[in-house]
Amino acid sequence: MEQSTKRTKALIAAWTAFVVVAIYMPVACGALASVGKGRYFTFPIRAWSSDWWTRTLDSIEIGQLVRTSLLIAACVTVVAVVIGFFGALAFARYQWLGRRTFQKIVLLPIFFPQPVLGLALLLWFNAIGVPLSWQTAVVAHLVWIVPVVTLVIATQVYSFDPTLEEAAFDLGASRWQVMREVTLPILWPGIWSGALFAFLLSWGNFPLSLYTTGADSTVPEWLYAKMVAGYTPMVPTLGTMSTIGAALALMFGWIALTVARRRQQSGG
Amino acid sequence: MSVADTASPAAAVAPAVVNERQLRLLSAGARCALPVAILLVLGFVAPLVTVIAYSFAEPRSFTVFRTFTLENFASIFDPANTVWMSFVWSLALAAFTVAALAVVAYPIAYGLARLFGRWSGLVSVLFVFPLFISENVRLYGWVLFFIKGGVLDGTLKTLLDGAGPEVLFTPGAILFGMVYVYLPFMLFPMTLGLSLVPRDLVEAARDLGASRLQIWREIELPLAMPGIMVGMLLTFVLAVGAVAEAKVLGGQSIIVITHDIEIAFTYAQNWPLGSALAVLLMLIIAAVTLFALSKLDLDRILGRR
Repeated sequence: MEQSTKRTKALIAAWTAFVVVAIYMPVACGALASVGKGRYFTFPIRAWSSDWWTRTLDSIEIGQLVRTSLLIAACVTVVAVVIGFFGALAFARYQWLGRRTFQKIVLLPIFFPQPVLGLALLLWFNAIGVPLSWQTAVVAHLVWIVPVVTLVIATQVYSFDPTLEEAAFDLGASRWQVMREVTLPILWPGIWSGALFAFLLSWGNFPLSLYTTGADSTVPEWLYAKMVAGYTPMVPTLGTMSTIGAALALMFGWIALTVARRRQQSGG
Repeated sequence: MSVADTASPAAAVAPAVVNERQLRLLSAGARCALPVAILLVLGFVAPLVTVIAYSFAEPRSFTVFRTFTLENFASIFDPANTVWMSFVWSLALAAFTVAALAVVAYPIAYGLARLFGRWSGLVSVLFVFPLFISENVRLYGWVLFFIKGGVLDGTLKTLLDGAGPEVLFTPGAILFGMVYVYLPFMLFPMTLGLSLVPRDLVEAARDLGASRLQIWREIELPLAMPGIMVGMLLTFVLAVGAVAEAKVLGGQSIIVITHDIEIAFTYAQNWPLGSALAVLLMLIIAAVTLFALSKLDLDRILGRR
């Protein structure tokens, strides 16, 4: 019995390791393709070069793409966190009449294929005469990202004791004071994770951007266009750069979160 | 919890004040829900209504809300139209994706819920991170892996003097890509489901002499079912609407339904037809979701509580 349990554990660990390697295999392939010298990718790589990296960094067109992507992601993050914060309170904090229905409705956009949602938004913007630009892409991203942020913050709200707010009210604190001194500090880790999710999901989104950015273009859109027609090694290069950027953002976010948790635990 | 919400401890001291706060708290949840509700009405409900309206408009026109015809649906159900093939491909690929993912993700979910202990945080992050990389980039990485002269082919040539298998641009490659992309959407609900299984229940069954297969079939699986069902539902719904895998890894050897919808909207410039196809896809998704949700409640009644 003991022996077979040990073997099962080892098998599960080995399988997990194998799947993790498989998950990062395409990322590694992209990184490899970005450091070859040739116009077309061949493996094993015969001549190494950092040419495509410098060229990608120098490209004015790509600089513009990155700026558009960052602008959209920043706007989405700010708006999604504000809306998602209140959504999470309605989701998990308050007992109110429509809560159960609200919880199900919030999930709907996550359970919906994004390409179809993007097309539906295109039709809607067209019907009400809104010209497509990066602003409409922000709206499109929000429809999908606000529910995700709401869920992320709601998991934090579940562990939140509402009597703390009550106590502050009873001690004579105003609504604004309670929000600033009690609710926000306690929910801060959840809000921060929500912001991280919002930023990174917007940064990597393709299906919603494709139909809603109009003349503006984001990094994933450009990558897709070049994959279909006109491959250059700048495609894996920019893809790798984008991945590294996301990894750095995630690491920074994680460190900030750990620091915030520590501070909270030490009661500061 | 509801006691604290509706009647504060100060109730006996100052009824008037409490009364006022009670009123405020009753609507507080609804007021907090308002921004999300407005966003979803304007950004989700209204677009879907527009799609439905377009599906009844004159074919190849932009006269939405002004004309009404069933021609678009009639042309889809016309026996001469082969668009049903796309529906079959999408549904079949989604079904196979869900089945494959259940097998691939179950051991990992079990490990995350039970075995990995303090490592499970790091392992979770490793599985979440790919979600932040555009799926096209990751799928294109697989193209570089499988392509002639790519990583697999090149490695085999150098080591074994043989050529890599030709897997790219086949239905198998599309299925592989879908399993790859949707793994996290199966893994995390499944992990949640498995972590709901009380450990002492498993221990008790073992003490009473149940075999491992019995424990799995009679205790673990039924108790983890809500999470597994959510995972299967999520992956199925997302996979039915998937298009990037078929385009990037499938090399358009198969046209899935979302691709047909995109073609109708772009090259064909036939928005009403594309909308009609989208409405049918939405009906399939809604039917599957409602069916799964009804099952889910049943399981909860039978299995838990």
